[in-house]
Amino acid sequence: MTSILFFEQLLNGVQFGTMLFLMSAGLTLIFGVMGLINLAHGSFYMIGAFSAALIAGLTGSFWLALLASLSGAAIAGVLIEIIIIRRLYRRDHLDQVLATFALILLLSEGVRWCFGAFPLFLDIPSNLNGTLPILDNLIYSKYRLFIILMGFLIAFGLYILITKTRLGVRIRAGQNDRQMISALGVDISKLYTIVFALGASLAGLAGAMIGAIQSVEVGMGEPILILAFVVIVIGGIGSIKGALIGSILVGVTDTIGRIFLPEVLKIFMEPSSATSVGSSIGSMLIYILMALILIIKPSGLFGKN
Amino acid sequence: MKKLTTTLAALILMSSTPLFAHGDKVKVGMITTLSGGGSGLGIDVRDGFMLAVKGNKNISVITKDDQRKPDIAVQLADKMIQSDKVDVLTGIIWSNLAMAVVPATVNQGKFYLSPNAGPSKLAGKGCHKNYFNVAWQNDNLHEAAGGYANSAGFKNSFILAPNYPAGKDALTGYKRYFKGSLAGEIYTKLGQKDYAAEIAQIRASGADSVFFFLPGGMGIGFMKQFSQSGIKLPVVGPAFSFDQGILKAVGEAALGVKNTSQWSKDIDNAANKKFVKDFKSEYGRLPSLYASQGYDTGKLLISAMSKAEIKNKDKFRDALRKADFESTRGKFSFDTNHHPIQDIYVREVIKEGKILTNKIVSVGLKNHSNAYVSECKM
Amino acid sequence: MIIEKFLNKWILFFLLLIPILGFVLEEPYYITLTTKVIILGIAGIGLNLALGYCGLISFGHAAFFGLGGYVTGILSFHALNSELMFSWPFTASGSSNMLVIWPIVIITSALLSFIIGVLSLRTTGVYFIMITLAFAQMLYFFAISWPNYGGEDGLSIYMRNSFPMVNTMDPITFYMICLFWLLLAVFISAKLINSSFGMAFQAIKQNEERVKSVGIETFKVKLLVFIISGTITGLAGSLYTDLNRFISPSVLNWQMSGEIMVFVILGGIARLYGPLVGAAFFIVLEQTLGGYTENWQFWLGLILILEILYVRSGILSLFEKKLKYEK
Repeated sequence: MTSILFFEQLLNGVQFGTMLFLMSAGLTLIFGVMGLINLAHGSFYMIGAFSAALIAGLTGSFWLALLASLSGAAIAGVLIEIIIIRRLYRRDHLDQVLATFALILLLSEGVRWCFGAFPLFLDIPSNLNGTLPILDNLIYSKYRLFIILMGFLIAFGLYILITKTRLGVRIRAGQNDRQMISALGVDISKLYTIVFALGASLAGLAGAMIGAIQSVEVGMGEPILILAFVVIVIGGIGSIKGALIGSILVGVTDTIGRIFLPEVLKIFMEPSSATSVGSSIGSMLIYILMALILIIKPSGLFGKN
Repeated sequence: MKKLTTTLAALILMSSTPLFAHGDKVKVGMITTLSGGGSGLGIDVRDGFMLAVKGNKNISVITKDDQRKPDIAVQLADKMIQSDKVDVLTGIIWSNLAMAVVPATVNQGKFYLSPNAGPSKLAGKGCHKNYFNVAWQNDNLHEAAGGYANSAGFKNSFILAPNYPAGKDALTGYKRYFKGSLAGEIYTKLGQKDYAAEIAQIRASGADSVFFFLPGGMGIGFMKQFSQSGIKLPVVGPAFSFDQGILKAVGEAALGVKNTSQWSKDIDNAANKKFVKDFKSEYGRLPSLYASQGYDTGKLLISAMSKAEIKNKDKFRDALRKADFESTRGKFSFDTNHHPIQDIYVREVIKEGKILTNKIVSVGLKNHSNAYVSECKM
Repeated sequence: MIIEKFLNKWILFFLLLIPILGFVLEEPYYITLTTKVIILGIAGIGLNLALGYCGLISFGHAAFFGLGGYVTGILSFHALNSELMFSWPFTASGSSNMLVIWPIVIITSALLSFIIGVLSLRTTGVYFIMITLAFAQMLYFFAISWPNYGGEDGLSIYMRNSFPMVNTMDPITFYMICLFWLLLAVFISAKLINSSFGMAFQAIKQNEERVKSVGIETFKVKLLVFIISGTITGLAGSLYTDLNRFISPSVLNWQMSGEIMVFVILGGIARLYGPLVGAAFFIVLEQTLGGYTENWQFWLGLILILEILYVRSGILSLFEKKLKYEK
């Protein structure tokens, strides 16, 4: 195993992490500001990907498709917030879990109804196809570099938004004391709609960017939803910084673990059972990581208790 | 309360299920995946089967959605056997669901005709006289891929599949026929869609070819990412990742890839031509591998019904075993463990106008059966 | 409370009526379906103790359900093949006798709930929800890739395990066995809730700090509730394997945890028969909608959302209101 390959795998982990960040940033914001557990967050990931595939199919432009993913998921977010989610803020977590669980059923089946049962096509733009030499002996996918870049740009944008803008002040106030800010005359329900739509559009963007190199199909959101929950719990719920660090941690652990565990185990056992056992433990690894972190720090790395 | 218990006890003693005679009508229970992520396959199998039995007044079909959950599938099978009194069950797509349903079905004296899944257990030690597989044994297409790799002159393959039984069967099948060495062997997480890490391993491994079995969305992701990675190695895989329903989503990344299949829409025989034409006009899309399997299953059933009554289980079973029907695949017969003997082709992904599809380039394995025949004692 | 007792009598009456109906109408499948409702109801009753009465929102009860199922499947599998389970440190063979299997299921489920409980109960709120999920996911991925017992293909045991003197393959007999466990689970829950221990864990749901201040070690109370809860759900898992004669990792999936939770919330949390009513409602919907349309999950989702928005505290509360008006 060369150090170049190790570095490349590290980059892969970071890239996976930045994608997770787009999902978990919205999730953690929504929880932090509104106190809502949103199991349907993965559905916005799916809606973003399907909007992008639809627009890319019509216009042939990847960039318009990205725009469509943002706006498609945002529109869906606004509608769902106004019609359903709004009524759940004052309920306990259990009602929220049930209602958003039901939303998953409704949205997945609704999308399948409109688009059919087969996966859709969405491709990356041709100028991001191929690889780029970034070090001696290390070539890396242009598109994945683009994903990493986008991830960090958005992280930076969120940082500016939250620390430097009026909206950010309100969001932070909302995280600290929900009653207080409505007493101060802030239109709380508008703020909530905006935050929800922001979270949904970030998830939608992630869905489109990832859908372009994976697949655009019904049910694509749920596996990544569970991972996003793992991330925000590791990072500490409500903390954007925690979500960023948690994402990278989960991304790197998952990638490095599933590749290198079998290699390490081959020292002790025969190759075919080493690959099998190694990949089994590899797929459990992030859950083990999460359990360990919570056992040591019961409210995550950056959670306030 | 005491009286109630005695009544109940009496009821229990009496409740042996009576067998109903249907005349020469056959009731078919189809359990397949119609909702959620993998529903494309189930819909194709159902549509193919319904096309085959269309207009046949002696066959009635009850269709139910298994949601791709084995426990739901078992309960549906119980319902169809206990309440609907079906004679034949069919439809299941996934090996793990088949492992749940098939033993329960055949042990209750019903026939099961598999239109897709063919796990090795049901071909070997777990075979049963009432179980027929009309598609393939799970290893078959992978074995053909191994055979093709030899003829293409590959010496050092990198192979990967998800970490679950069908994935292990796949790599075993490839290795059974492939004579070269392995540059690497990876089991990926089931449901994984990002293969950056694995592709980096492939690049670093010095392999001269790649074999993969990643059904559904997993394969779409792998093919796209592999073609973007700029690695120019030849890829070979079973038809599942290159079939009609999925090619559209993979896009140009699949062009030129060799894949192995027992069926292709350009197999030159009358039955296949009729099937492709009828399917297109009935459903407005090109048929897939799965649709052809569903269609053949329907035709097999009809052929057996013309020879024997379902009431006479032994005669009906013999009639099924003869496989006296015009298969879309051309030559088709059952081996002693009730799995097909058939040609497996090598196909190449091509573009016909704007549509991606497959054409046959050679025959991978001729008259191919499976490795478990000797383990099966019926 | 009186109204709820009245309702519970009706529920019991229906449970006894169904096997007779199924028999008279020659629809044994109705019995099988109701058996499923009962088993999932038992799983829900287990979860309800932790979630409804003690406020411990576990999103990982599939772990116990699956463990109970797998222990049953594995014991029976070894009995079927007449192989030893293991020979070290002592030899153990499989069994297909329910009377042997149940105690083993109870012990292993209690042990697993103890381990998960000790580690998870240090956290609260959403962190608790997620750490319980994490443990269930670990078991899920382990079961998928563990080849000895079928991996993702699962494990078929062909015949239900046996119970002395009766034929468990007969739908009514097996129904009665499950009904017995249901009543026992309800009985245990009722006794617990009304005991002083029950007062303690219900008080913890309201205000843990206050309970601590009167000198009760809340951690121990919560742990014990969690163990009892996990054990009941584990036993339901054992019955589920027998119902299907099959077990696979799909029952360890997070969706299973979600579904058990949905049963509890649907029926109304902290109600003795709530989970049973929730499971019945869910399964009847699934069956009837599935008969009409391929897109039944869409309508199921819609109905669930309407239920949560407008009925609020579970289906049972709906009947209560109605009864109040009538009186």
